[in-house]
Amino acid sequence: MIDPVLMFFLLGLGAGLLRSELRLPAAVYDLVSMLLLLSIGLKGGIELARQPFGGLAIQALGVIAMGLLLPLLAFPVLRFAGRLPRADAASIAAHYGSVSVATYAVAVAYFANRQVEFEAHMPFLLAVLEIPAILIGILLARGLSREMRLGVVVHEVFLGKGIVLLVGGLLIGWAAGPEGLTSISPLFFDLFKGILALFLLEMGLITANQFGSLRQHGPFLVVFGIAMPLIFSVVGIALGLVLELSLGGTAMLGILAASASYIAVPAAMRISVPEANPTLSLAASLGITFPFNVLIGIPLYHAMATQAFALIAGASL
Amino acid sequence: MNSSVRKLLTIITESVLERTLAEEIEHLGARGFTVTDVRGKGSHGPRSAAWQESSNIRIEVVCDEPTAGAIAAHLQAHYYRNYGMILFMSDVAVLRPEKF
Repeated sequence: MIDPVLMFFLLGLGAGLLRSELRLPAAVYDLVSMLLLLSIGLKGGIELARQPFGGLAIQALGVIAMGLLLPLLAFPVLRFAGRLPRADAASIAAHYGSVSVATYAVAVAYFANRQVEFEAHMPFLLAVLEIPAILIGILLARGLSREMRLGVVVHEVFLGKGIVLLVGGLLIGWAAGPEGLTSISPLFFDLFKGILALFLLEMGLITANQFGSLRQHGPFLVVFGIAMPLIFSVVGIALGLVLELSLGGTAMLGILAASASYIAVPAAMRISVPEANPTLSLAASLGITFPFNVLIGIPLYHAMATQAFALIAGASL
Repeated sequence: MNSSVRKLLTIITESVLERTLAEEIEHLGARGFTVTDVRGKGSHGPRSAAWQESSNIRIEVVCDEPTAGAIAAHLQAHYYRNYGMILFMSDVAVLRPEKF
């Protein structure tokens, strides 16, 4: 049985493809995405207080290393197999190296439905994984030597709306603790799935808008948009095993690695690599990878992580 | 009623540029400006303003002719190639010329 929140995504997708009048007012979409980011941050923050600092630091370093590696894997594929210009290849690589909070939110709902436990401080790793790929993307496009408006870029990367809300939520959750948050939990935790449903409705509409540009840019992006997350999920699951996360946590890391950004990275790339065509990267990350991940990818990566755990358990007997 | 003629410079471009343009327009000598969220369609396709990446802004600047010319030349040199941007100028009557 398909998760009801995904039915909202399909409704938006269908309405968009049929050119329905339906659209969420921009202010409503902003509010819904703010609530989503804050509630994910708060949830992670509560758990952060209980974790030993050393363990967190090792996990953060592992995730940063993955964030640096993923765009470096994607770039040559885009540049040589896809024959894309350097700026476009670098920008798309940054999108795929970073993460999608919406994909994470769908995965949270998926795991909650199946009572799969995962490390509750995962939003911390989510926030950490957003940034490294952006820096690599800019370096791949520009090199180190070229003059760059560093101040503007740093501002865009670290003070973008997504990061501020996610990190802000983490800090508030960490400082307030579970008891402190009970008064606001009806809005942020109890309504989470309803908010997610509204958000996914609009995501469906936005995704439908990307299909037009996909038709122009041909089959390479379609293949890339499915193959790259499949390969990246293996990297994420491997890292989860190395960090000795739980089964749910390992699957979640696979999902994070497989997901492609469409909020933080596009804004940063538009400012710092203006010659990259934003239509290409959004068509791939939103038109292909996001629907693939939420409809097929999440259960698939969960199954892959389960297999990996079974193999390791078998080997150690 | 005494009125003087000034230039109204209107820029329509991607929302992502708002912060940078606001700084540059002031730096080039304009005393103020007005920003509005807008949507529409042009050579970059439809800009529906449904979310951040597809939203546009309209920046209006009232200033003297040399300043308007300097801003227009700067924007054309720096942004026309890679960003969706149009700008146009018109004459407007203002009541307090010293303000602009």
